[in-house]
Amino acid sequence: MTDLQQDAGRSDQAEQATGEEEMRLIAALRAGDESAFARLLDRYHNALVRLALVYVDDRAVAEEVAQETWLGVLQGLGRFEGRSSLKTWIFRILMNTARTRGVREARTIAFSALAVAGDDMDEPAVDPDRFLPPDHSNWPGHWAAAPSSWSQTPEQLLLSVETRAHIDSAIAALPPNQAEVMTLRDIDGWTSEEVCNVLGITETNQRVLLHRARSKVRQALEQYLSEK
Amino acid sequence: MQPANELTCKELVELVTDYLEGALSEADRRRFEAHIAGCSGCRNYLGQMQQTISTLGKLAEEHIDPVAKEDLLSIFRNWRG
Repeated sequence: MTDLQQDAGRSDQAEQATGEEEMRLIAALRAGDESAFARLLDRYHNALVRLALVYVDDRAVAEEVAQETWLGVLQGLGRFEGRSSLKTWIFRILMNTARTRGVREARTIAFSALAVAGDDMDEPAVDPDRFLPPDHSNWPGHWAAAPSSWSQTPEQLLLSVETRAHIDSAIAALPPNQAEVMTLRDIDGWTSEEVCNVLGITETNQRVLLHRARSKVRQALEQYLSEK
Repeated sequence: MQPANELTCKELVELVTDYLEGALSEADRRRFEAHIAGCSGCRNYLGQMQQTISTLGKLAEEHIDPVAKEDLLSIFRNWRG
């Protein structure tokens, strides 16, 4: 077994084992059923590429990482025991592949397992200048310049190509450990338990990373929209 | 003068994620909601956060690129033998 598959095979007591539907998929794959593989691709391939992009800059390289991951999945099928969910197993292979590739591409990696909540410098969610000072006579710590309401912002503006490009830049500027949490939670809609299982982090750590990532993206969006 | 157990706006913005995750203690949740009820700036901030999250949720492309899919299916056929 390769290192990638070995790491991905470690079981977590608290983790949900492979469900029935996934076990059927695996059985079908082992039997050479192409439609089962197609279903897995539909389900996970885009999310794999998106997560790989946290570690490698290039879309083409991210596709290669995803491809390598699928190969790793197929080669490890015979040994997969279903102690973790299939999704967790696949994405752990992706994480290992992407991080290894990212290191080879000389990109700075912040390994989630080593990232401790609060080990970065204090990152306030909002620029402290937006608030009145603590010694203000009437409203210490209150908004000096209050945020505006976005309730009237047309949806097509929020979802426009230009806005998406700004959001993508904001995500690309995040430290990898923040980007991966926000990508999995907010873009791919994973539960916090699933994220913690794949990334090997605690619930609290995950929340801190999510908080920092969301704060930065909100700020980037606010800046962009205020210029519209 | 600010009562000692009330949140400032500066404190509130640090609690937004915990609030949305349901991770605040009962007491903190009540403090949070009490502040929000009386502060339009923080209401707008919370709304911006929620809209940021919902916009992120719409970023995922639905369908795998057909060319990429075909390449991957070839890999499957080669593996299967």
